[in-house]
Amino acid sequence: MTELATTAQARELHRQFCEDVMSMPGGEKINICQQCGTCTGSCPTSYLMDWGPREIIGAFRAGMIDRVVKSNTIWLCTSCYSCTVRCPAGIKITDLMYELKRMAIKYDLAPKDGKSPAMTKYFVDSVHKHGRNHEVELMAKFMLTKDWGLPFKFMGTGLKLFTAGRLPLFAKNIRGREELDKISAYLEAQEAKTQ
Amino acid sequence: MRYLYYPGCSSEATGKAYDISTRAMMEKLGVELVELDDWNCCGATSYFNVRELDSFAIAARNLAIAQKQGDEDLCVICNACYTTLAKTNRYIEESPEVHEAVNGALGAVNRSYDGKKAVRHIMDVLVNDVGIEALSEKVTRRLTGIKVAPYYGCQYSRPMGAFDDPEFPTTMDAFFTALGADVITDYAGKSKCCGGMMMLTKEEGALRLCHELLEGAHKAGADVIVCACPLCEMNLEGYQPRVNKAFGTDYDIPVMYFTQLAGLAFGASPKALALDKQIVSCDRVVAAIPA
Repeated sequence: MTELATTAQARELHRQFCEDVMSMPGGEKINICQQCGTCTGSCPTSYLMDWGPREIIGAFRAGMIDRVVKSNTIWLCTSCYSCTVRCPAGIKITDLMYELKRMAIKYDLAPKDGKSPAMTKYFVDSVHKHGRNHEVELMAKFMLTKDWGLPFKFMGTGLKLFTAGRLPLFAKNIRGREELDKISAYLEAQEAKTQ
Repeated sequence: MRYLYYPGCSSEATGKAYDISTRAMMEKLGVELVELDDWNCCGATSYFNVRELDSFAIAARNLAIAQKQGDEDLCVICNACYTTLAKTNRYIEESPEVHEAVNGALGAVNRSYDGKKAVRHIMDVLVNDVGIEALSEKVTRRLTGIKVAPYYGCQYSRPMGAFDDPEFPTTMDAFFTALGADVITDYAGKSKCCGGMMMLTKEEGALRLCHELLEGAHKAGADVIVCACPLCEMNLEGYQPRVNKAFGTDYDIPVMYFTQLAGLAFGASPKALALDKQIVSCDRVVAAIPA
């Protein structure tokens, strides 16, 4: 994980984060969060988090960007959308978590040993390679790089899944898989133009 | 009745039985499913972590193909695919900037999307298009006495709530009631999270969530838990032994795709519904259905 060495750097990062969050559809609603805590109370994984979603929004608005990106919070969001449908201010908190994850990856602030960022990367790689997510490849890559113990813990179930034909070894490629690279390349070029 | 059909990536691996049983069940109902041509991954939750516009554009490639392929609605079986595709539609509708950017990206591969393809969850199609009465009439083996815990999962009706309540959905209850089952209508965990991908990245957290869901079904005396999402099904069924180990329980609760149990009611055979692909045996559920 990159250290946020100077305050100036942290401030610049905060500015960039704010800009990106505000550019999301409905992103400006973060300004009207009244810190009621409905999100944290609704979150099924908040008990595992360094800081709950309410605190993350508070810290984000206060410019404490270190706390936001170094917390485990954003990586523990399961996208269940409970907070989003309950937020009285209409803040799309799940989308905000996605945005913060994107920023953490983009600025190389995600924890290097983190399992979730790796999972994200392998998933996207698989989609671009085949056009579809090849679950077996995803799991194999993840196990090899992030969790050596997993095959042993999962052995019994894994064998049953395999014999039931639920773990096909080979991926099917779609015909238009190159289109996905082209779509990404186009959007990347557009983004570079606006910056 | 005819729909374009989006099976989703899991249907080629861990969730194979969902796809197989969907096709078998729909055939019994006389609903024609035409697979979307050369569909790609919707992007699921993971792709949103990379770039938002990318994820919308990747998802929209499917919608662009659907628009070209036919006028029928796009029927989706996986909760996560459904939410991703429907959410893409909604953002395109809400934000002209998103629509323009998505179409720009699609233009790079000679495609375009007008934002108008209706994305429908299969349960929405069943309950609202086929209709409860017609469904009830098609039953050949009524699920009398089978106690069903309907597990909807998160992204069935969240965040949009397009066809059911985001917090307390009831469409699956109505569906299985029509099939004669004894539905646990107050199943506490019905729309709670199973942990999803967290099972691989933070196992103890996901096991705890699955434990709550299994415990709720066990306490309510469920014969079977039915799911509408491959990840929910995988976590509740595949990880049941891990839950038992972590919490000192001895759950042995059959978990099915809802299409498997419904398929039985509409007269499809267990084999045609891929019930042999389950890990926790469903034989006793099949045997308990009156002939």
